[in-house]
Amino acid sequence: MSAARKLPVIDELSGFFWTSGADGRLRILRCGPCSHWQHPPQPRCAKCHSADLAPQPVSGRGRVVSFTVNYQSWQKDVAALFIFAVIELAEQAELYVFSNLTCAPEAARSDMAVEVIFEQQEDVWIPLFQPLGADHA
Amino acid sequence: MLDGLPEKQCCITGVGQSEVGRPSPLNPIELTIDAVTKALDDAGLTLADIDGITNYPPKTDLGGGISPVGVGEAMFALGIDAKWIGSSTHEGPGHMSAIFQAVMAIATGLCRHVLVFRTVAQAQARVQSRGSTLLASGHSRVAGNNAWTVPFHAVSPVNLWALYAQAYFDKYGAGPEQLGWVAVNGRRNAAHNPNAIYTKPLTIEDYLASRMISTPLRLYDCDTHIDGATALIISARDTAKDLRNPPIHIEAMGMALGGLGQGIHTGDFTTLPATRAGEMLWQRTDLKPRDVSCAQIYDGFSIHTWLWLEALQMVKPGEAAAFMDGGTRIALDGELPMNTGGGQLSGGRFHGYGHTFEACTQLWGRGGGRQVKDAKVSVVCNGGYGYGALLLRAD
Repeated sequence: MSAARKLPVIDELSGFFWTSGADGRLRILRCGPCSHWQHPPQPRCAKCHSADLAPQPVSGRGRVVSFTVNYQSWQKDVAALFIFAVIELAEQAELYVFSNLTCAPEAARSDMAVEVIFEQQEDVWIPLFQPLGADHA
Repeated sequence: MLDGLPEKQCCITGVGQSEVGRPSPLNPIELTIDAVTKALDDAGLTLADIDGITNYPPKTDLGGGISPVGVGEAMFALGIDAKWIGSSTHEGPGHMSAIFQAVMAIATGLCRHVLVFRTVAQAQARVQSRGSTLLASGHSRVAGNNAWTVPFHAVSPVNLWALYAQAYFDKYGAGPEQLGWVAVNGRRNAAHNPNAIYTKPLTIEDYLASRMISTPLRLYDCDTHIDGATALIISARDTAKDLRNPPIHIEAMGMALGGLGQGIHTGDFTTLPATRAGEMLWQRTDLKPRDVSCAQIYDGFSIHTWLWLEALQMVKPGEAAAFMDGGTRIALDGELPMNTGGGQLSGGRFHGYGHTFEACTQLWGRGGGRQVKDAKVSVVCNGGYGYGALLLRAD
């Protein structure tokens, strides 16, 4: 699972998400006035249109909404077998992040409780998810 | 009151499709000219009659053959003296945005006959570079929508749509033995379509034994890169009486845009914002879902058909899986024949325009071995990220 990744651009709006793991915490953009969590980041709050949004740490816990085990070899330097998943973070309904699950494919389940871990590549800390309480990979 | 709607001022008067190839010996502009020439002959029009032109999407340098021919290139290659020139985008309501634009141009009186075309050369692009059709290929870092998925190795849309398929399976207790019928049905119909890319018979057992791509989606759940072009002639309603074909009326249109193109997903991964396109469609007509003779449902991946059938109110939420099961209700002689030309799964990725072409084929009674009996109304839909739907009616 530690194969070379195509890394995201670290830009003004979303860069914090990709560097947040430097201190071991996941951060999500949150609206000051109405407390709505917003991901992917947008320049205005989708609920109240406020521009007063700032990254805030989250628990890093959530549940697997859906996942897929990829078998097709798309790129010669990336292992074909990986689990791509959508995770609903514990902080808010439908607060979704995409990620990889680090567990074995046969251990992956929908609705499974998971927690974030980070994999650093260059200046990016990729947030990955493992079963809640699993030994740190 | 509905009579005043813009789409009801318009009709489809001719369609053309190039020969499909994987890869094609023809270059993209020749494919385009072939489709346009056939569409004009079909309508009984000449190039001089065409006073509007548009296509989907704009010519792109992204590579991958997704849109190798733009409006300007086609206009000058064909020698069209257009008064109105459309400019569709990758954004908006997806593939049908060019059709919706053409409707607006005609309804506002800017032109009488609009050429709408869609050219793809993805098979040729993959001969040059097999990875050229992957998301964010050719860039050292990824930005925008793809930044939320590509860093997690999800370089193909199949990984994203697999999440929808798995969520649907989990929520409704559905499985591959239902989903497989989308592919089997398409292949069954493609056998009667001389321009389909895959016509070899496919059974549900073949499907279940096929290679897994990204669980639960298998090889036959994915459509196929092709080279080809489709052209439609959309005309002002009052011109139709002088033309070769009885007009195909655009009874209603519906469009919607959700957040998928921005990485924003709502709901529980079993519905699409296409629901709003379905609502818009049925608000603009006195016809009802039960009046539909056949359905041409977008099938970039098989799971799209389930999500779209529900979005279009053809079945209730959660009922698409059971509706497909056994493949009888969606068969040519079933209650709702679906993807009668094979869809994209077996017909090839004409990228939405094959679906509209097939609807016209049915409504003009040209289906041959795949002709649906008494086909009077066809619903057509396109899109996974932006959504467009048409309700087409025979004269």
